[in-house]
Amino acid sequence: MSNPEQTNPVIIETDRSTSLVRIQNLSKTFPVASGFFRKGNSFIHAVDDISFEVGEGEILGLIGESGCGKTTTGKLLVKLETPTSGQVFLKNTHVEVKLPKQKAGVAKATSAKTKAISLVTSDGFADIAHLRGRSLKLFRRNVQMIFQDPYESLNPRMTIYDICAEPLSVQSIGSLMEREARVAELMDLVGLTPPETFLFRYPHELSGGQRQRVAIARAMILNPSFIVADEPTSMLDVSIRTGVMNLMLELREKFKISYLYITHDLAVARYMCDRIAVMYLGKIVEMGQTEDIIQNPQHPYTRALISAVPIPDPSVRRQPMELKGGVTKPINPKPRCRFYERCPMATQRCATSDHPPLEDKGSGHSVACYEV
Amino acid sequence: MALLEVKDLSMHYWTRKGEVKAVDEVGFSLEKGESLGLVGESGCGKTSMALTLLKLLPENAKILKGHIFFYKEFQPQTANALLGEMVNLVPQKANGRASTLGRLTRIEGEKLLVQPARNGATKAPSPVSFSFSEIAQVGLDLVPLREERMQRVRWKGISMIFQAAMNSWNPVYRVGDQILEAMQTHLPKTSVQQSKKRIAELFQMVGLDPRMMERYPHEYSGGMKQRAVIAMALSCDPELIIADEPTTALDVIVQDKILREMRQIQKQLHMSMIYISHDIAVIAEVSEKIGVMYGGKLVELADTQTIFERPAHPYTKALMSSFPNLKGEKKKLEALPGEPPDLISPPTGCRFHPRCPYATEVCKEKDPVLEVRQPGQVAACWNPLH
Amino acid sequence: MQVTTKTLPPSLWRVRMHLWLKGMGQSWSTFRESPIGVTGLVIIVFFGLLGAFYPIYPWFMGKIAWDQETIQKEGIDLNIVYNPIFGVGNDPLLIKGFPQPPSLRHPLGTNADGPDVLAQIMYSASREFLLGMMAALITVIIGTFIGAVAAYYGGWIDTLFMRLADVFVLFPPIAFLVVVSALVQRAGIEMTHMLLALILGLLFGFGSITIVLKSQALTIKVKPYIEAARVAGGSSFHIIFAHIIPNILPLSFLYMMFNVTTAIFSEAALSFFGLLPSINMSWGLMLFRAHTQGWILGHQGAFYWWVWMPPGLAVTLLCSAFYLVGRGLDEIVNPRLRKR
Ligand SMILES: Nc1ncnc2c1ncn2[C@@H]1O[C@H](COP(=O)(O)OP(=O)(O)OP(=O)(O)O)[C@@H](O)[C@H]1O
Ligand SMILES: Nc1ncnc2c1ncn2[C@@H]1O[C@H](COP(=O)(O)OP(=O)(O)OP(=O)(O)O)[C@@H](O)[C@H]1O
Ligand code: SF4
Ligand code: SF4
Ligand SMILES: [Mg+2]
Ligand SMILES: [Mg+2]
Repeated sequence: MSNPEQTNPVIIETDRSTSLVRIQNLSKTFPVASGFFRKGNSFIHAVDDISFEVGEGEILGLIGESGCGKTTTGKLLVKLETPTSGQVFLKNTHVEVKLPKQKAGVAKATSAKTKAISLVTSDGFADIAHLRGRSLKLFRRNVQMIFQDPYESLNPRMTIYDICAEPLSVQSIGSLMEREARVAELMDLVGLTPPETFLFRYPHELSGGQRQRVAIARAMILNPSFIVADEPTSMLDVSIRTGVMNLMLELREKFKISYLYITHDLAVARYMCDRIAVMYLGKIVEMGQTEDIIQNPQHPYTRALISAVPIPDPSVRRQPMELKGGVTKPINPKPRCRFYERCPMATQRCATSDHPPLEDKGSGHSVACYEV
Repeated sequence: MALLEVKDLSMHYWTRKGEVKAVDEVGFSLEKGESLGLVGESGCGKTSMALTLLKLLPENAKILKGHIFFYKEFQPQTANALLGEMVNLVPQKANGRASTLGRLTRIEGEKLLVQPARNGATKAPSPVSFSFSEIAQVGLDLVPLREERMQRVRWKGISMIFQAAMNSWNPVYRVGDQILEAMQTHLPKTSVQQSKKRIAELFQMVGLDPRMMERYPHEYSGGMKQRAVIAMALSCDPELIIADEPTTALDVIVQDKILREMRQIQKQLHMSMIYISHDIAVIAEVSEKIGVMYGGKLVELADTQTIFERPAHPYTKALMSSFPNLKGEKKKLEALPGEPPDLISPPTGCRFHPRCPYATEVCKEKDPVLEVRQPGQVAACWNPLH
Repeated sequence: MQVTTKTLPPSLWRVRMHLWLKGMGQSWSTFRESPIGVTGLVIIVFFGLLGAFYPIYPWFMGKIAWDQETIQKEGIDLNIVYNPIFGVGNDPLLIKGFPQPPSLRHPLGTNADGPDVLAQIMYSASREFLLGMMAALITVIIGTFIGAVAAYYGGWIDTLFMRLADVFVLFPPIAFLVVVSALVQRAGIEMTHMLLALILGLLFGFGSITIVLKSQALTIKVKPYIEAARVAGGSSFHIIFAHIIPNILPLSFLYMMFNVTTAIFSEAALSFFGLLPSINMSWGLMLFRAHTQGWILGHQGAFYWWVWMPPGLAVTLLCSAFYLVGRGLDEIVNPRLRKR
């Protein structure tokens, strides 16, 4: 973050009016548990100064290897974690931001004013960091999350009905009868038909795919406009996975929902996403239209990643790109390109400069690399 | 030359809820130096199949029927060791005699006497005699083999990379010592010094620094742990390695590297491999032949190219079209309706019929058997795609 | 919100009831397969019946064995009424200052001052139950709540309760109870079964059970469904009561069984030391009296076995019965132990 160029976010979307979520210079560090070896002052830079936008009805894919900070990014967006620095802005009319009461005193009035400006931007975005009480609750209706493990994300002691109706009951929406009807409607929507046969079963009586559909129904029941889907199909069987992916695509069409679709599987990302952001050790190293990234990857990491994906077609021969070493943890990273140690293209400049900024290389394809 | 031949093999588990028909009448064969991929969804019996081949089954499991022939070239001096075992004698090609399955009862000079299996006949068939020069290969049947004999086949003949084995390193011992211990139990004749040298070689072969032998598992990354597991599987010079989901938990870049290394080692040592995975893309990269399993059954077996270009079984086709692809045109994937079968009470007839778009009446009643569709391709389906 | 006309089973609670019963049925069939659990249950039922039938026994015996006629026939004062529990107005036939061996009139014999041993055992059984259950219930309610809260909030709340638990665990419970009952006595408060249950419940509730339940709650706290509930807008209260507590409840229930054992045993021990003067009858007290009157000492113990063996056996059996049931439940509660 010492790089002054990065205090202003890179603007990726040309048409800003359609974006729904905008994050700016978002960072999250976790203190490293001080064991025998490291004491204090060590931090994992799980998410390190990233900025992007998600358009309305858009699916943005976040891909990267294990531990690169995908889940942490997702949790920051739904306010399950609070950022160390940076903002998450959400465009939504429902969000009511309480402004500090303007009491007597000129000095106070001005400070309140500046605060107000940082809360709600001129184009109607609100910083979710400041949501409290009722406005936080309303925010919760708008932004939902689907978790990776369908075996752990449903409470084993609750029936499917209770699980799906939970968001309604904690938000005190509707009467009991209305809730039932709404749950049944959602079950229909996610393909658990007839609903009556599923409503009063427990999660362990359902298969993985059915559970993930329940999780989707729960996420959809409050009519959110933005869903963070954290590897929703990675634990599912092949024949089941396609059904869930198609369902999510249908829901997007029907309700114009935006997704942040987290996955480590490039083929899945290609199938699901409009745009892809590639993450490496807490940084976004490349971002652009899906086909652009897949067909014409620029960053050496993305290229290695794409060349390593096995192709289910024996007639296609890949040219794998060799990388040195393996993924490490971003603990107190050195101020240089995060990919430097493994990069086959690294130069002197990469060794001496800070991590390269994410720069637009034309047609919304941005890359963070000095050598591209 | 065949190395392994599996015939009509069934293995079930007994549980509180009922009998889990995890491996049902599976048959295939594997040549020396060949790699076979077994692909199928979670719970279709891939791991069970592998454990059955090694007879490393839990107490509630039982092999109901079938044969697992582990072939060796016939050598007269080793014939004594086979005395009393069930064997399949394969005569020289030119000879014209049929291969014979039976118990090796006697060795008389230059001759082997085999008592063929009864096969339902009321009268025991008369013993068959083979002269040493007639025999090309002897296949030892692992199914009736006693445990002491089986232990000699394990690791040295067939070794296995277990599913999630990389997480089963004992955290309190050095990795090298753990491999050493395994080697000492299976090859008691080799000295510690020799074994250590061998392990160092193996580490080099799988792309690990031999100095890592002295390190503890927690100092290894996921990929390194898996490499060490592969080194351990190689330690007794097996003729066949069964790799159960060897790269599933790894990131793509590491996965790709390890798969390439495994393929290279296999070529170099002229080993046979059975790769097990749920990911058909991984299987396609490393195997010459692919077997598709569904609900405890092998439904199709063909060479990789054929499986991709002309699948005969509807499930194979469905499996392939439900995988998103990174190359080529982006097309809408077809989801398969329904759920994988419950192996306690699987559907009657063809186990795929409730989900099959080609199902007809006969599929609900009669169980299809593996039939040759074209040279090098077998499929079990009443209405094959070609 | 859009309301569709789709109709569902109108009475949700009936479906719930059905599900609950089904779940109980399944648990019961698992439990039934555990021989130790069933043994425990049989013993508990046996003592339960013993307690339940108490009023019938003296009535029946009064009719056939202890009735006035019998007494009269032997030429004894009509005005003296036999009380089989306390021996008030002792059965005159029996006043010899020595325990009487089992006979048809007294199946388990009598104590030195006359009361019927079986009647005393039966009379105490229901009280032992009540005490055990009450104490265990209090323990478990406190333990579950504190465990869940400490795990959920962590920080100083956690530290506070855990240090408190350490203190309670460190004190030997019997010694602590001795002190408490002495204090209660000094304060002039009558130590009833209820008060004792409360003290026992509090003592064990803040102790080791909170540590165990907290660690269980910690494993629940990190589950994704907790995060899902937070994303849906669930408050801390909601998460603790709708997610964490229901998931540690089976374990709490298991500990309740073990705590019944502890409570009954503690009461017996306190009575045995004569520290509960206001509890006028219990198995422990029977042992206390047998001991103080010297019927247990030396060769006397073997001779007057009916004085001490029935209450001793009753305490041991009932305590171990709850423990066995706990062990049986363990198989239902602990998925690790659950058979495939
Ligand atoms: N609560 C936490 N406390 C400490 N470190 C954490 C915490 N959550 C995540 N981390 C660390 O932050 C880094 C990023 O984790 P994250 O879960 O976001 O990765 P991911 O990309 O989702 O990985 P995966 O593909 O394995 O799910 C990791 O190194 C992880 O160890
Ligand atoms: N020890 C066991 N006892 C009883 N049933 C078992 C046992 N092991 C496996 N099974 C059952 O046998 C079936 C096949 O299991 P198996 O582990 O062979 O599947 P798999 O194809 O390897 O799946 P995965 O891809 O998940 O590893 C499953 O239905 C499983 O539940
Ligand atoms: S900036 Fe340098 S080290 Fe970083 S990816 Fe580009 S070439 Fe490699
Ligand atoms: S046998 Fe019938 S049901 Fe089975 S795969 Fe073939 S067509 Fe489908
Ligand atoms: Mg993650
Ligand atoms: Mg398996």
